[in-house]
Amino acid sequence: MGRYIVRRLLQFIPTVLGTLFLLHYLTTVGIQLTGNPIRALFGDKRPAPETLAALTSRLHLDDPCLKQKGNPCLGLFRERLVDIGQLDFGTNFRFRPVFDWRGFFDRAHASIITDALPYTIKITIIAFTIEALVGVFIGMRAGMKPGKSLDYSVKISTVMVISVPVFVLGILIQQFITRDFGNFLRGQEWIPEVISRGVFGSAYKQEFPFASLIIPGIVLGMLSLATTARLTRTSVHENMRADYVRTAKAKGLTHKRVIGVHTLRNSLIPVATNLGLSIGGYMTGAIITETIFNVPGVGNQTARAIFQGEPAVLIGITTMLVLVYLVANLLVDLLYAVLDPRIRYE
Amino acid sequence: MSDVSVDMSPSLAGVKMTAPLLEVEELKVEFRTRAGIAKAINGVSFEVNSGETLAILGESGCGKSVTAQAIMGILDTPPGYITGGQIRYRGVDLLKRTDEERRLVRANKIAMIFQDALSALNPVFTVGFQLAELFRKHRGMSRADGKKRAVELLDLVKIPAARQRVSDFPHQFSGGMRQRVMIAMSLALDPELLIADEPTTALDVTVQAQIMSLLAELQRERQMGMILITHDMGVVADVADRINIMYAGRIVEKAPVYDIYAKPSHPYTKALLESIPRVDLKGQQLNVIRGLPPNLTRIPAGCAFNPRCRYVRDACKVDPIPPLYEIKPGISSACHFWKEVRGDD
Amino acid sequence: MSDPVTTATSDNPAVIPVQAGPGVNPQGPTQERAASLWSDARRELIRNPIFLASVSFILIVSSMAILPSMWTSKNPRDCDIKFAKLSPSAEHWFGTNVLGCDYYSHAIYGARPSLSIALIATTGVTLIGVVLGMLAGFFGGWVDTLISRIIDMIYSLPFLLGALVILGVLRQSDLLHSDQWWPPVLVVAIVLIILGWVGVARIMRGSVLSAKNLDYVLAAKSLGASNSRLMFRHILPNAIAPVVVVATISLGGYIGAEATLTFLGAGLQPPAVSWGTMIAGNIDYFNEYKYLVLIPCGLLVPTVLSFILAGDALRDALDPKLR
Repeated sequence: MGRYIVRRLLQFIPTVLGTLFLLHYLTTVGIQLTGNPIRALFGDKRPAPETLAALTSRLHLDDPCLKQKGNPCLGLFRERLVDIGQLDFGTNFRFRPVFDWRGFFDRAHASIITDALPYTIKITIIAFTIEALVGVFIGMRAGMKPGKSLDYSVKISTVMVISVPVFVLGILIQQFITRDFGNFLRGQEWIPEVISRGVFGSAYKQEFPFASLIIPGIVLGMLSLATTARLTRTSVHENMRADYVRTAKAKGLTHKRVIGVHTLRNSLIPVATNLGLSIGGYMTGAIITETIFNVPGVGNQTARAIFQGEPAVLIGITTMLVLVYLVANLLVDLLYAVLDPRIRYE
Repeated sequence: MSDVSVDMSPSLAGVKMTAPLLEVEELKVEFRTRAGIAKAINGVSFEVNSGETLAILGESGCGKSVTAQAIMGILDTPPGYITGGQIRYRGVDLLKRTDEERRLVRANKIAMIFQDALSALNPVFTVGFQLAELFRKHRGMSRADGKKRAVELLDLVKIPAARQRVSDFPHQFSGGMRQRVMIAMSLALDPELLIADEPTTALDVTVQAQIMSLLAELQRERQMGMILITHDMGVVADVADRINIMYAGRIVEKAPVYDIYAKPSHPYTKALLESIPRVDLKGQQLNVIRGLPPNLTRIPAGCAFNPRCRYVRDACKVDPIPPLYEIKPGISSACHFWKEVRGDD
Repeated sequence: MSDPVTTATSDNPAVIPVQAGPGVNPQGPTQERAASLWSDARRELIRNPIFLASVSFILIVSSMAILPSMWTSKNPRDCDIKFAKLSPSAEHWFGTNVLGCDYYSHAIYGARPSLSIALIATTGVTLIGVVLGMLAGFFGGWVDTLISRIIDMIYSLPFLLGALVILGVLRQSDLLHSDQWWPPVLVVAIVLIILGWVGVARIMRGSVLSAKNLDYVLAAKSLGASNSRLMFRHILPNAIAPVVVVATISLGGYIGAEATLTFLGAGLQPPAVSWGTMIAGNIDYFNEYKYLVLIPCGLLVPTVLSFILAGDALRDALDPKLR
């Protein structure tokens, strides 16, 4: 186990560097193709040359290599790595930092991410809980009785959910459930506000910091819920026919133990790793869901950076998200080794 | 094991210790698949007594493993269904008993060894856990006692350094050692009958011999009945007392092991024997059996072996199916022309 | 110990005839297997109502993309603000949008960018993925190391997030604001290809690795077949089935991806007309003019669904284990 962890940690460093370089290269080429992104911030107005120059230099966009199409800008990459090492992810064009860890403790050092993160963490926890509990449970039930009605309904409904892009699902739910149905609820005197305006509110509301995140959380978790249910179903279904399950039966164990211990323990290995990987999906999902329901989280800030033409913020947030994703991947791999002894002793 | 004096295994109501250990009578099993109904077993009868080894021999797909699963009560339903017959343990028809009673017969009275120990052992639990589980769940032992017994069992099947290896996972054992673990597991609760389903097929030739002799030794010591399922004529010669040859879900020949080799009474048995390469016949063409075993959804009329048989006549191609003709006590053959096959007059 | 019974016959009586055991004829088994796999699959598929329904819908939508004039005589750019926000009527089947454009013609013409992006992206992803995956799996060594490292790197970037950041940076670029319909389509497709080929490459590499050591390939190799012959005649036909399945499903996936990116402001931009821009551009009017959002959703979702269902059916038909 120890050797596996060491090996995996050693692999982690080049993966991080490689991924950060890839991100750097692709965005750099983007800037080289588009031209100075600062200009676009001013729209039709023509800024004074010195303002433009000052901004450009402050945002590290004055490097001449940014004018040479295809140049990988290794110098810039090195600078960026040093910045990342110091937890500096850049600023927006008003010089507000993308990230400042002191912002978690001190309002004076507030930054884009520290302000937004609590909302995103809350909505992600809601989504993840729903995904893990509901997805695993229905997948398990369906997988244990293949060919029965529950199995078919899980199969069909998960395909449906997977085929509906998250943003379509989001806007449909927002329109028909939180707006139309919510309006109906809000017309009923006897329904408490926390339900009618909180849970079924069509956007995030500060007065209902938890209730108004439930439906956005469900929308965020829906896609992974479907994939988790499907994966659990297949995995349980396959393991039910495994030789060692037959052995467990031949050992005269009760049905409950054959299923509960021998089948499930094995079936849940891929499911657990998939739950870990769904964090990557949540990052993009949060951008969509938070935008639709107007939750002031990290995803909303990402979308805002796109619409306001703030590539520096976009790149900064993405870099941080990618780092989180890589760490999550690492943890999933370690979890995998804990769950599956065959990996551990390789 | 040390304390065999106290029999803690649960008892099954109606058991007569004077009755034969296991009698299978007219067992029929079919698989209902999308491609049609496959008649896997079509009326199989045999008997096993304490202290004797019965070999069931046949090609893959002839129904020998299905027979074992039906006896154990671990047939996958669907698609497999037992459609007729009896399986009597000590005079009790198991097919008429409740699931719970049948569960307690497994491992306690009748235990099974599977072909491929790598896939038959659960990859995510240690060998010790999987052995101790039997004592914990069937005998109510604590984890610690269960583990102690697991070490004893590993010693019994001659696994070196049993104390350390008990906390290893199945994939850390070699093929032969894994099969020993499998054997230890089957013996844990002192069963009266052991079903070994191709116990050595997945192993190297040298290891095969070791495992077979270990099995034979343990069986002799404990006076268990054993059903040895195999497709390998070489394996059975040293171990089995009697042999039943199966073809397309029926037993086509029954005989003591010596007689099978000396004088086969069914064309299929004869063909099987002739297809073993022999040093003294080096240089000659090997007599392989022509054709393929029948598709079980479309078994030919008459004798199922007729399309591949050297002795085939018109009578073989029409029903009735040849019955098991008793040739002498203990020897029977399901061939109309057994005299000709044996070379008797 | 020898095994007289199974050497004489075969474990799987239904598939392989007695005379042609595997490895006897390096040419025979490959083609036979490949041919029977696909013809079995075809027989299975033409009896599968879900597959037939999906393919019919895909054909209908494709005909909108290829020949929009067959479906409507109106020009989607022909708008008159006087007729803005008309409800569906005999004149305007799907009503008109806020600029007074005929919404039915938008819906028809919107198929082309959506489907083109999916088709170009899938073609590119499949070609690059198959070639690089096969090279990595077949040659091993440093070729494999290099390709595998690149695959790992791209895999570490969540797909939509990666596409979002690249297209977000490119947002102001002239490429995305062209007067013609194809430059933005091409840009979006290229970004999807850059990030998407790794999935196919991984599958292909795995298939090739396992196919490489099969008896019939070793037999062909021992008979002196050249590398390219080994790859294209022997390995590819047997390793391609999972790729075809993934490609079918990803056609649906990329249609969804385009719409999502557009919705987040990082895909196609108006005046380009795609189902994505139709949803994104009309969301503010959803409350009063529901049809403006529901119509493009009603085309987008079934299209994605059709590709996914067709891919699923294909997978079931091509996987002999499931039969």
